[in-house]
Formats: sequence, structure tokens, C-alpha cells
Amino acid sequence: MTKQEYTITVYTENQIGLLNRIAIIFSRRKINIESLNTSPSEVDSVHRFTIVINETEDVVRKLCRQIEKQVEVLKAYYNTNDEIVWQELAMYKVPTEVIASSVKVERLLREHGAHTVVIRKDYTVFAVAGQREETDKLIKVLEPYNLIEFVRSARIAIIKASDGFHEKLKEFEYREPGEDAIENEFLNENEKVFSM
Amino acid sequence: MEALLIEKENKSATPAIQVSGSVAVLEAFLAEGVDTVFGYPGGAIMPIYDALYDYNDKLKHILVRHEQGAIHAAQGFARVSGRTGVVFATSGPGATNLVTGLADAMIDSTPVVCITGQVFAHLLGTDAFQETDVINITTPVTKWNYQVTDATEIPAVLARAFYIAGSGRPGPVLIDITKNAQLQLFDYNGYQKCEHIRSYRPKPIVRKEYIQEAAQLINAAERPFVIFGQGVILGKAEKEFQKFIEKAGIPSAWTIMGMSAIPTDHPLGVGMLGMHGNYGPNVLTNECDVLIAVGMRFDDRVTGRLDKYAKQAKIIHLDIDPAEIDKNVKATVPVWGDCKETLPLLTELVEQKVYPKWLQLFKDYQQKEVEKVIQEELNPTGEVMTMGEVIKTLNELTKGDAVIVTDVGQHQMVACRYAKYNKSKSNITSGGLGTMGYALPAAIGAAYGDPSRTTIAIIGDGGFQMTLQELGTIMQFKPKVKIIILNNQFLGMVRQWQQLFHEKRYSFVDITSPDFVQVAKGFGIPGKSISKREELKTSLQEMLEQDGSFLLEIMVGKENNVFPMVPQGRGVAECVLCREEI
Ligand SMILES: Cc1ncc(C[n+]2csc(CCOP(=O)(O)OP(=O)(O)O)c2C)c(N)n1
Repeated sequence: MTKQEYTITVYTENQIGLLNRIAIIFSRRKINIESLNTSPSEVDSVHRFTIVINETEDVVRKLCRQIEKQVEVLKAYYNTNDEIVWQELAMYKVPTEVIASSVKVERLLREHGAHTVVIRKDYTVFAVAGQREETDKLIKVLEPYNLIEFVRSARIAIIKASDGFHEKLKEFEYREPGEDAIENEFLNENEKVFSM
Repeated sequence: MEALLIEKENKSATPAIQVSGSVAVLEAFLAEGVDTVFGYPGGAIMPIYDALYDYNDKLKHILVRHEQGAIHAAQGFARVSGRTGVVFATSGPGATNLVTGLADAMIDSTPVVCITGQVFAHLLGTDAFQETDVINITTPVTKWNYQVTDATEIPAVLARAFYIAGSGRPGPVLIDITKNAQLQLFDYNGYQKCEHIRSYRPKPIVRKEYIQEAAQLINAAERPFVIFGQGVILGKAEKEFQKFIEKAGIPSAWTIMGMSAIPTDHPLGVGMLGMHGNYGPNVLTNECDVLIAVGMRFDDRVTGRLDKYAKQAKIIHLDIDPAEIDKNVKATVPVWGDCKETLPLLTELVEQKVYPKWLQLFKDYQQKEVEKVIQEELNPTGEVMTMGEVIKTLNELTKGDAVIVTDVGQHQMVACRYAKYNKSKSNITSGGLGTMGYALPAAIGAAYGDPSRTTIAIIGDGGFQMTLQELGTIMQFKPKVKIIILNNQFLGMVRQWQQLFHEKRYSFVDITSPDFVQVAKGFGIPGKSISKREELKTSLQEMLEQDGSFLLEIMVGKENNVFPMVPQGRGVAECVLCREEI
């Protein structure tokens, strides 16, 4: 099996220490986390982690089960890039005088969809939301114009096929799991979950 | 901790009384049915110990000699009683001394709740005296851990702790409580057990389709083989398991952790799996057509080389932990669930059968093993005693009724290979972590776990020296522990590997020992050391008849090896019976 980029989406309780619990699942197996984001989710009180790694599907599936095994984790999904819509945010700081004196820079920024966040006498900050290649490209473009600072955020992703977590959460909240109220989530997705 | 706060609001309207966080901890214990605590006091847990002073009549506190001893004792207690073991330790070094035991309990799925004291909340992160980041140190080796800084959280957090430790696949939980929370007075509304955590699914609803698929495979099988682990014991499903194998007529082998779930002389019991398990079950794993794994996790010590493991077989895997299914061995039919529920469903659907020819094959292999290994091990022709004959003689005296706690090494493998058991929860050993020093404290805990049974610790001369300070605990509290030291004057198991795989370059395995009998005597424990076969039976008898603890050192062959063996990196079918075959 070949490695590729997977985005893991984890729905959790909002609990101190959980970030560490999840992070060590990767570090224990010497797996590098390419990007990690924590944020609220569509459900009040439920937290959402977005983690990007480069691995084989087999490894990713096992990682997700280890993540779900943590007491405060509700659910972990993994997706390939074509199953999600994703973005990263990048910010660029350049000397204001360069922008002011070069019409070319202004045009380049416009072409890359950058918008201005701050303009000061000494520097200007631009931001671009997009995918890795796009934000990378702008670094190259700005380098000759004295790019002072660059930073890029973690990936955030929306799962195309997801109906959100509201309904799922109801299942989790049943006190006495009844036969039909609670599906057996793993086995329901036998094909997805149990084939190698 | 939002979920906890929500739960609190729903509480019944018992009139509140003011109690301290410390009292709330002890009240939680009582409500959970705890009667024995293993612990060691210190600065950061003093308020709890102060409260304990008034609970002397309800909670037995066993003062160990080292916190590692406390947690191993709690593990031994849990394994024998089927209840959750409980530990107290102070912050800093007290807490870090628990780490080995937590790792052991984690990998062997033992339910333990540890309460550690912590510095005052306002001192967290200031490198205060005896402050360590216990939560982060213990995260990888706990099923759950949580730091309490406000006493009002204590009832709900402890309820969760006990629920999580004991339900689903059990495991260790650590609750770190800052000193201010132990001292803090708050309105206490009583204790409510936890029965549900929305993000935690201890076990699933069983899916009948998979039971049906499994039954079909079993009914069509010609050479089915059951391998089972501690899941049967943890699931309290021994009866259900026995019914299943008896109806289906399937030969069954145990892992070291599953041992004693069925009586060792059960007609369908074909022995122990694994690196030093029996010949037949190892080799025939690669000849069965359907392999039914029940409550076991395909540890590498059981499977040997994975790419040579049961490749010919369809595999049915019954486990409560979905992360175990397909982790090491791909299941043809996964049966995710509590085996107490899944086994009866399966039993209903399987046909009543016998496989005399197939079972005979196990017996033939057993015969080979007897000729090449067992005969000489149990009835040695040489002058020096073997570990095997000690266990054989012990079996004759205990009739298989004792709880046997073993340490780690050759003696562990020999004891598990030859000990007889009639009752479940009788074989207590450190399986997954292989923790030397486990046996003595675990035996102390085991003796409290079921005082009606005889507890025998079997320990190597090396391992005994790792935790022998717990003799002090025995001296003071008088649990009845029979201690057998099988002394081969070596770190035997490592020596065996050096002999077999490192050209006999014995690198630091030669270990000298104190006069163990004198040591025991210093702790007020009677003892005896023997080296002659004629003394064996009478000495064991003397040990067993002693009303109280006894230490018996038995000098055994220095360079005996444990066989059969599946050498590391080989397949189970490449199990060897002697040195020459390696
Ligand atoms: C805490 C710990 N340290 C080291 C080891 C590695 N180890 C495994 S078996 C063994 C030798 C045990 O010697 P002894 O207690 O004398 O028992 P024997 O093998 O001779 O029966 C050692 C050192 C271990 N399992 N645990």
C-alpha cells in the first residue's frame, strides 16, 4: 500500500490533556503530524481536531481506532484529499515602501487573491486562504520584494459526504443504548472499516 | 469539564452537608464497595490520610514499602477478586513510582484506580517541592487520567474513574488531586455511580449477522481451533466459554493471560500458546482451517512471525476492543462485543460436534513434547532439581486449588507450563509488560483479593531482589503468602538467550544473592532453603501447612533451559523442542 495524504477529523469532548493524548498516538508510532488544528465544531460543546498525515490507509485506519479508543473521543474519520474541501490560511509581511513603489507587486497580490490585513508605514500584512500550492507560490513571488515574515495555519477541512455531527451526537447521548437506537458504527461500515 | 457539571445539576435533592474533598474521596470508595487500599503517604496526600484516620473501621489500608508495590498489590487484588484495585500515593516520587505498575495494568487490562496527591493548585507549574507533571507522565499508560483542582468535582470524577477502570476493556485510571482540593470544604450531595459517558462506548450492541457468519464458518470447519486470552476471565464468561467449546467440540489453547479460565485438565484444553507454550497448539495453529480467537490480542509472543501465522486459516476474532480487531491479524469475521454476550449467541448456532482425529493430532504432538521435554523436566534423571519437578510436586499438594503468582523469567514460563488449575483467576502474572518484581507485591494483593485461597508466589532469584522490601508489608500486615524462590543463580531467561543466540557470552547475568532465609528471618518470616530432591515434598508441605507466610528457597539447575521455544523472528510452526533444533 502506498502512502498518501489523509485528513483525520476527530470529534471530542473539550478536555484539557486530550490534545496530548491524541498527539502521543502518533509520536509513539514515530508518525509525523503534518498539520494539526483544533477548533469548535458545528455542535455546541463538541470539539473538532483536524490532523493531516502522510501514511498508508492501513496505518491511518488503525490510528483512528486508537484515537476513538480514548475515553473523551466521540468519533474519528479519515479522508483522502478528494473527499474533502480544505483550506489553509497564510500571512505575509512585506515592507510597505516596496508595495507603494512597485505597481507589479500590487498586481501580483491581486492575482493571488491576497487581501490586506494591516497597512502601516513600515510594513503591510497580506493574507491568502487556499491550498498549499497557492500559498507556497506567493512566497516565491514575494521573496524578491523583501518578504519579512511568513506564516501558514494548519489545514481545516470540511468532509464532502458528511451530514454533520448533530444526529450522531444524539446516538451517543442515549443513556441505555437500545438495539435500534445505537448502530454498531464499526460493523455497519464493514466494507470501509474491516477490509484491508 | 462540562459534561460533569451537567450531570451534577441532575442530582437528586439529598440535603447537602459540608465535607472536605478528602472525605468525598473516601465516601466514593465506600460507595464503590472498596474495602482495601494499598498506599503510601506523603506531603501532598496528607489531607486524605488524615481523613483515612477516621475510616479505619471501614477501609483497610495496607502500607506497602514502595509505591510500585502498592500498584502491583492492587493489580494482584484485582486479578484474583475481579474487582477494581485501589492505590494511594503522594505527588512527585510517589506518583512516578507508580508508572511501571500503570504500564503493566494498561497492557494487561487490569482495573486499578490510583489517587495521587498533587501540590496546591496555585503552585502548579512552578517546580514546587515534589511537583511532577503526573498527568502527562502517565497519559500513555492510563486508560483515563484527570487532575482535580476543585473539590466539588471529586464525586463525579471518582464515579467516572471507577466506571472507566472496570467497564469495557478494563484498565488503570489515575486521578491527581491537588492538596487544596483535598482540604476544601464543599456542599456534598451524596455519591452517584456513573453509568454512562457519552463519548465512551464500553461495549457495542452485538450484531447478529457476524455471529451467523462465524457459526457458518465453524460449522463447515474440519479442523477448527480455539485460542483464548484473558478476555474470557475479564468478561466473567468462563461458563459461557466452556459451554461453547464443549458443544462445538473444538480443541482450545490458552494464552498465558487466559490460563485458568478453563481447568487445565479440561479434555478439550490442549495447552498454552506462545514462545514457550506447548508444541501442539503452536505448530497446529498453522494447520487449522478456522481459527477462533476469543478475548486475546495476537501478541507477538503468541504469534511469532506474523507473515507465517495461520495464513491458511479463516479467522474469527471475538473482542470487546475494536482497536484490537485487524490490528495484528486480519479477521475474516470480526465479532466485536462482550464475549459474555457473543459466546452464548454463537453456542446457540453451532452444531454439536466432535473432532476425534484432529484432537488426536494435538495429543500426538503432546506425546512428542513429553518425550523430548516434559518427561525429563518433571522426572529428572540428573542430580540437581529442575523447576518443573518443583511445580509438579506443588500440583500434587495443592491439587490445583491455589492461586499462583509468578514473576518474570524462566520460572514464570515453567510455572505456567506445568501448573494445574481448577478455578478461574488462579494464574496471576505480568504477561504483556513482563515486569520483574511483580510477583511478591502482586501476591500480597492477591492474598487480600481472596483470603480463602492459598496464595503462592513463584519468583526467580533476580526478580525477588527487585521488590523484596515488600517482605516488610507481609511482616506488618500478615497476609498469608507462600514464597518460593527458584534459585538458579542466574538471570536465567537472559542467560538462556545468551547461550542460544549470543554464543554463550554470559554478559552480566551471573547474579549473587543474599541468604534469602536470613533476609526473611529479619522480617520475621520463617523460611528454609533446600537443594536436595528428598527434601522437596516435605518442605513444600511444611510451607503450605505453615499458618502464615513462609519463604522456601529451592536451588535448581543453573543452566537449564525452557523448551519448547519459538525463537524470535520465526513462525509458530518452527517451534523447537531442544537446543539442537534451533
Ligand atoms: C524490570 C525488568 N528488568 C529486566 C527484565 C529483563 N529480564 C527478563 S527475564 C530476566 C531474568 C530473570 O531472572 P530471575 O528473576 O532470576 O528468573 P529466572 O529467569 O532465572 O527464572 C530479565 C533480566 C525484565 N523482564 N523486567
